Amino acid sequence: MRAYESITSPLPSVAARTADQLPRLLPAGFASGPASLAGHIGRYGLPPSSARDWPHRQALIDEVGRSGLTGRGGGAFPTARKLAAVAAQAAPVVVANGTEGEPASAKDKVLLARSPHLVLDGLVLAAAMVGARQAVIVVHHSVREIIDEAVAERRRAGLDGVRIRVVTGADRFVGGEASAVVHWIERGVPTPTRTPPRLSERGLGGKPTLVQNVETLAHLALIARYGSSWFRAVGTAGEPGSMLVTILGGVNEPGVHEIAIGTPVAEVLSLAGGASAPLQALLLGGYFGCWADAGAAASLPFSAAGLAPLGAGIGAGLIAALPADACGLAETARVVRYLADESAGQCGPCLFGLDAVAGEIQRLADGRTSSLATLRRWLSQVDGRGACRHPDGTVGLIRSALRVFEAEVHQHAQGWCCANRPGAVLPVPPRRQP
Amino acid sequence: MSTAAAVAGSQGLWFVSRASGLALLALFSMVVVLGVAARLGSAPRRWARFAIPEVHRTLALFSAAFLALHVLTAILDPFVTIGWAATVLPFASGYRTLAIGLGTLAVDLGGAVLLTSLIRARLGYRAWRAVHWLAYLAWPVAFMHSLTAGHDLGLWWVALIEWGCATAVATAVLARILQSIRHPRQAGQPSASFNRLTPRKGEFR
Amino acid sequence: MSRPARLRVDPIACAGRGLCAEILPELITLDDWGFPVVQGEVPGPLMGEAREAVRVCPKLALWLEKRP
Repeated sequence: MRAYESITSPLPSVAARTADQLPRLLPAGFASGPASLAGHIGRYGLPPSSARDWPHRQALIDEVGRSGLTGRGGGAFPTARKLAAVAAQAAPVVVANGTEGEPASAKDKVLLARSPHLVLDGLVLAAAMVGARQAVIVVHHSVREIIDEAVAERRRAGLDGVRIRVVTGADRFVGGEASAVVHWIERGVPTPTRTPPRLSERGLGGKPTLVQNVETLAHLALIARYGSSWFRAVGTAGEPGSMLVTILGGVNEPGVHEIAIGTPVAEVLSLAGGASAPLQALLLGGYFGCWADAGAAASLPFSAAGLAPLGAGIGAGLIAALPADACGLAETARVVRYLADESAGQCGPCLFGLDAVAGEIQRLADGRTSSLATLRRWLSQVDGRGACRHPDGTVGLIRSALRVFEAEVHQHAQGWCCANRPGAVLPVPPRRQP
Repeated sequence: MSTAAAVAGSQGLWFVSRASGLALLALFSMVVVLGVAARLGSAPRRWARFAIPEVHRTLALFSAAFLALHVLTAILDPFVTIGWAATVLPFASGYRTLAIGLGTLAVDLGGAVLLTSLIRARLGYRAWRAVHWLAYLAWPVAFMHSLTAGHDLGLWWVALIEWGCATAVATAVLARILQSIRHPRQAGQPSASFNRLTPRKGEFR
Repeated sequence: MSRPARLRVDPIACAGRGLCAEILPELITLDDWGFPVVQGEVPGPLMGEAREAVRVCPKLALWLEKRP
């Protein structure tokens, strides 16, 4: 189940589903280690020269705009707009966010482990596009050495016009949020900060800061080489391009795969060897995502537009398959307890509210007396009342669980549960006692 | 005849100066106690919570008026030469330099607290709070001024007032210290357990 | 005279003291943990109370946001 965690072991080869366009970000076939600089240049060619004059930079930003690239960290904000907003300011800074605080997601770690130079190309290009002289990359500790080595390799080759600083990310759920990343780099505290001011106006060191997910930067590096039409050759018209997805749970070969956006969900699951058992539900997006009925979701395209009828989204590119013999409420309760513990504790409604909600949904999952009315009231009191999206995402997860596992809610209220699976499906780090 | 009137007038000024000083000590002590109560969030059952900070504020402004009276009568008293400079410059008085100087110091500190509170919204929470801590220094300085500059400590009821004020403020300060120990978390900071569980940057190089 | 305004709470600064809800119960209710929930815009007649709530807040967590 946790094969993807061991990033030095070979990954299964990605079947090139869409002609010869995929994989783009990840090396095809078995790879026993990260791509060296020579291997990277051999595969993709040299990175385009990062000219510093404004017309050239503007032309590049326009090209990114035509490609329709959106953020791959879960926010899906149009990348060109972010670039333009920061480029318009003086002395900006660029931060590559590879923290990946979501415990079930592995795509950023795998991308950094397999194609570090692609990400670094993107970082340097983004810096050139916005006119930044400072570039920082924040990575998960498991890939720190790989990135250090890659940066050193590039420095020896004299490849980049900007100095790249490597920082290890905080191993906390909220630590992956953009303002939390900046806060972590500056002060060593990985908590979200209040907006206003926005990061694009005042961020790291008081300077306008561009924070991009590492996968977004990898796509950027390829768009700069091959152009927007190439990028749009896969995916849908509204959501072009490819994306990395982490597939886990009740599948035969859990792992990270690259897909064209809009690939049917069932096909995405087959990349992971298909379901290992009959499935009841899928968790789409991440721990801030939504549960969806497996049958209903299977035929839908994996895209924001495709999943919208179910009230779900692609989020951070995660699909967790829940087998029929597992208990969706118990899984949700475990995740919610983790999310409540991971609150930064800066805002009262999040700190107290999520704790209360976690307790209530645990009682629901255990079949003890619980009040749905109280739970719903607390959910509406917590939703949108924090400085960041942490309470919102948790509330969304619970609401979707109450909807999709409605039958189980009734069963539990009567004191029985039809699940008989012994182990847990969704990975949750062990609860740390303060 | 005029000399007697002058002496009577001067004695009147001196009397008002001492009386207002005593009243001021009592007022200032109440302001401090109310300030601690506001911080602790305590409120009598029938009162609204916001009443405490409001009374704290009103009483503080009222004390400022009393302070003006206390200082003016002391300066204007023809029998002692304190000088206008000593209203704001500590230890600038020729007469009883230390005792008056302590009073001036209390005025400076208390004045800073009061003025920053009046422009609190413009100043911002952090700056306002930093200056407000000076209140815990202003009170003991004012108290020492009352002990060294006061003439009436022999009177039993004056001593009672001094003792009463000292006890009230000491109790409030103790309660404040206990609150800090029991609930160290401030608003706007990550909770203590979050900090304990999160490694510092150095741990991961 | 007064443009429509919205009362906003800084959730990080707010400590749940509840003074605002006492001054402006028409607009502010407290959730189950004592933290303020602000409903809607401030109508003209309540502007005075709204300004007072902003002033009284011990954490300076409230502010009035003018609508453009």
